[in-house]
Amino acid sequence: MEERFEPNIVAFLCNWCSYAGADLAGTSRMQYPPNVHIVRVMCTGRINPLFVVNAFQQGADGVLVSGCHPGECHYREGNYHARRRFTLLRELLVFTGVDRRRFNMSWVSASEGAKWREVVREAVEMAREAGPFEQFRREMIGW
Amino acid sequence: MGIKTKTGVYVCHCGSNIAATVDVEDVTTFAARLPHVKTARHYPYMCSDPGQGLIRQDIRDKGLNRIVVAACSPRIHENTFRRTLEEAGLNPYCLEMANIREQCSWVHGDRSGATAKARKTVAAAAARARLLEPLQQKEVPVEPAVLVLGGGIAGIQCALDVAGAGFTVYLVEKEPSIGGRMAQLDKTFPTLDCSACILTPRMVDAAAHPRIELLSYSCLEEVSGYAGNFSVRVRKKARYVDADRCTGCGDCARECRLAGRVPSSFDLGLGRRSAIYRPFPQAVPAHYTIDRQRCLFLTKGRCGDAPPCVQVCSPGAIDFEQRDEVVELKVGAIVVATGCDLFDPSRKPEYGYRDYNNVITAMELERLLSASGPTEGSVVLGEGEDASVPRDIAFIKCVGSRDKSAGSEHCSKVCCMYTAKLAHLLGEKVPGASIRVYYMDVRASGKGYEEFYDRVRREGVRYIRGSPSEIFQRGSRLVVKVEDTLASTPLEDEVDMVVLAVGLEARGDAGRIVDMLRLSRSADGFFLEAHPKLAPVDTAVDGIYLAGACQAPKDIPDTVAQAKAAAASALGLLSAGRIKVGAEVCVVNEETCRGCGYCVQICPYGAVELAFSERYSHETALVNEVLCKGCGACAAACFSGSMQQRSFRDEHILSQVAVLGSKGKGDQV
Repeated sequence: MEERFEPNIVAFLCNWCSYAGADLAGTSRMQYPPNVHIVRVMCTGRINPLFVVNAFQQGADGVLVSGCHPGECHYREGNYHARRRFTLLRELLVFTGVDRRRFNMSWVSASEGAKWREVVREAVEMAREAGPFEQFRREMIGW
Repeated sequence: MGIKTKTGVYVCHCGSNIAATVDVEDVTTFAARLPHVKTARHYPYMCSDPGQGLIRQDIRDKGLNRIVVAACSPRIHENTFRRTLEEAGLNPYCLEMANIREQCSWVHGDRSGATAKARKTVAAAAARARLLEPLQQKEVPVEPAVLVLGGGIAGIQCALDVAGAGFTVYLVEKEPSIGGRMAQLDKTFPTLDCSACILTPRMVDAAAHPRIELLSYSCLEEVSGYAGNFSVRVRKKARYVDADRCTGCGDCARECRLAGRVPSSFDLGLGRRSAIYRPFPQAVPAHYTIDRQRCLFLTKGRCGDAPPCVQVCSPGAIDFEQRDEVVELKVGAIVVATGCDLFDPSRKPEYGYRDYNNVITAMELERLLSASGPTEGSVVLGEGEDASVPRDIAFIKCVGSRDKSAGSEHCSKVCCMYTAKLAHLLGEKVPGASIRVYYMDVRASGKGYEEFYDRVRREGVRYIRGSPSEIFQRGSRLVVKVEDTLASTPLEDEVDMVVLAVGLEARGDAGRIVDMLRLSRSADGFFLEAHPKLAPVDTAVDGIYLAGACQAPKDIPDTVAQAKAAAASALGLLSAGRIKVGAEVCVVNEETCRGCGYCVQICPYGAVELAFSERYSHETALVNEVLCKGCGACAAACFSGSMQQRSFRDEHILSQVAVLGSKGKGDQV
């Protein structure tokens, strides 16, 4: 039997909503695939779009950004900045030939453990369908 | 080159919580081979005293200067381990936690997958730890005052406790009187204390307390600042009555042209009042308020030849020129005690709440039973000649509770007991009444609750298990259609009155509070506590605490207990007198900053400004470290990378990405 492709996904999560939501998924023992690796930042507003590009360069097959629901940002408006940046970045990535399914953004609140599980499952499934990502890989980056 | 990095990695088993799914020995062996890692150990409980002792010992003996703890979420034990570092003489910010419990062992069943992920998580943490810098927190003084939002029993109790400890309290209530839901109740379960009799002395105490400033008929407008130093704007709505002159005699209400014509919201529309009113006789403050939506003079510009209230008020307290007043307050802590709403039973149309006058809610019955209520305590249906005393009475429980179709999945906690109480009171008020209670389950957990429920059943109240499907009219009576699920018998129960035990839900305007205070809400809409077990009165925002039913449905004893806990938490902050503010704030590299000012625009706290740098002879950004909350928005916005967030510098994040993004198992860092 052919071995199933297991994508490697880097997720950037804000401390107050999505990271706490991911913690809640754990406390509630919700099961999801181990392909997603989490980087905690205080706010999605901190995430420089280049971090996402860098994750692809390092070899990630998918990238996920998740923060507080619009209007619920711990820092008032950080997620609005993120929403603008990443809507634009997504289009740019698609323009450069990156499969749309590789980059996703979601809103997961501190009480949405179940939603986090679904977000992970979907992201993994989509990245799996898109297959291994090689175009952006660089052995060394000089950034 | 600075001091050589010597990292220690400590992998926790958390009993079997981690060790059952993650091969901790493998992770430890793997970690020991990572660059800059001097030592790696695993231990059953890292957070225990011996576990922490292990870290302290290694810091001293092996000269470790960076620590990685692979255990639970940093949201749980980061502070614990930071203290461990501090005790061993290491800067607490030289710690990095690898979350291998909540985000690994607990969510992955497959041991090899979970172990591989744990390896990578630890490798990323070690890579990041190497770059962490020692940081210092700043200390600022704390404003010795507390803002309490909501003047129900939670807010009142909290205000009294804080003021009693010697600090100033601003008690803000949106209604003309404090008292909240408890003031509307007739008696309280299970002791049957008269609610007003035990509440009103507290209300008076709160109003009379020299350190409590009561801001009734007021609402929160804006909040800024941070724990220890909040700035708050409160709008005191115009009452059109001069509080200093009003004696509360009530002549104005008697003479008002609309006397007896305005539905009283305090009595849920069952009673009527004037356009100038006091919600209930024991109201605190006792002075009157003009309802600006109803008053003829305020809405139409004239009220006969002259408003009678003005004519009869001998102290001359009526003042139609009064305007809203906005006050600015400085407080160190905020307690949110905004209470809850009651479920609107018209959302369950099968119960006919809108269609039949003798289908009422439990709170309406509460007002009918109250001696100061619209019927002065007698339970009558209809008015005038149609007035009758109900003989057959049915209670329906869980209306708007435990009901997914109605959008409220939670148990409202108080309905079982208030139903028992109301059934008992009805039995007293209406001798010979036949009372049945339709229920799903009876939950009577609380001191003396089961005993009270037992007593009520012995008094003759019949409990029938079943959730009614419909209520319809037959002649002058109502029929409750239900299946007795214990006897498996369909019933059509003919009654004179139906009482709906409506559930509690989050306030309709809770979203406004969430926006202003940056709180979170749980799935049921109530405000979210910082931790359900260990921080039930704290919120994710330092210096803001929760009390009462705004956090979850609660009865009075639990509400009072939580109010006292919130007061104690606020007092802890205030009595310390000083607070440490975040060290993980933003910082500018003045040499490379070109002073474009984009960071100034993006900062939500006004913490960044442009200033002329003498050293570099050009304008650069400058961060006010006290105002900065450490979100990092400016760092992401900076074109030249000159603006960075401490502990979340680009290189910190990229060091993690380098490990986590790589296809390998994290071994090639």
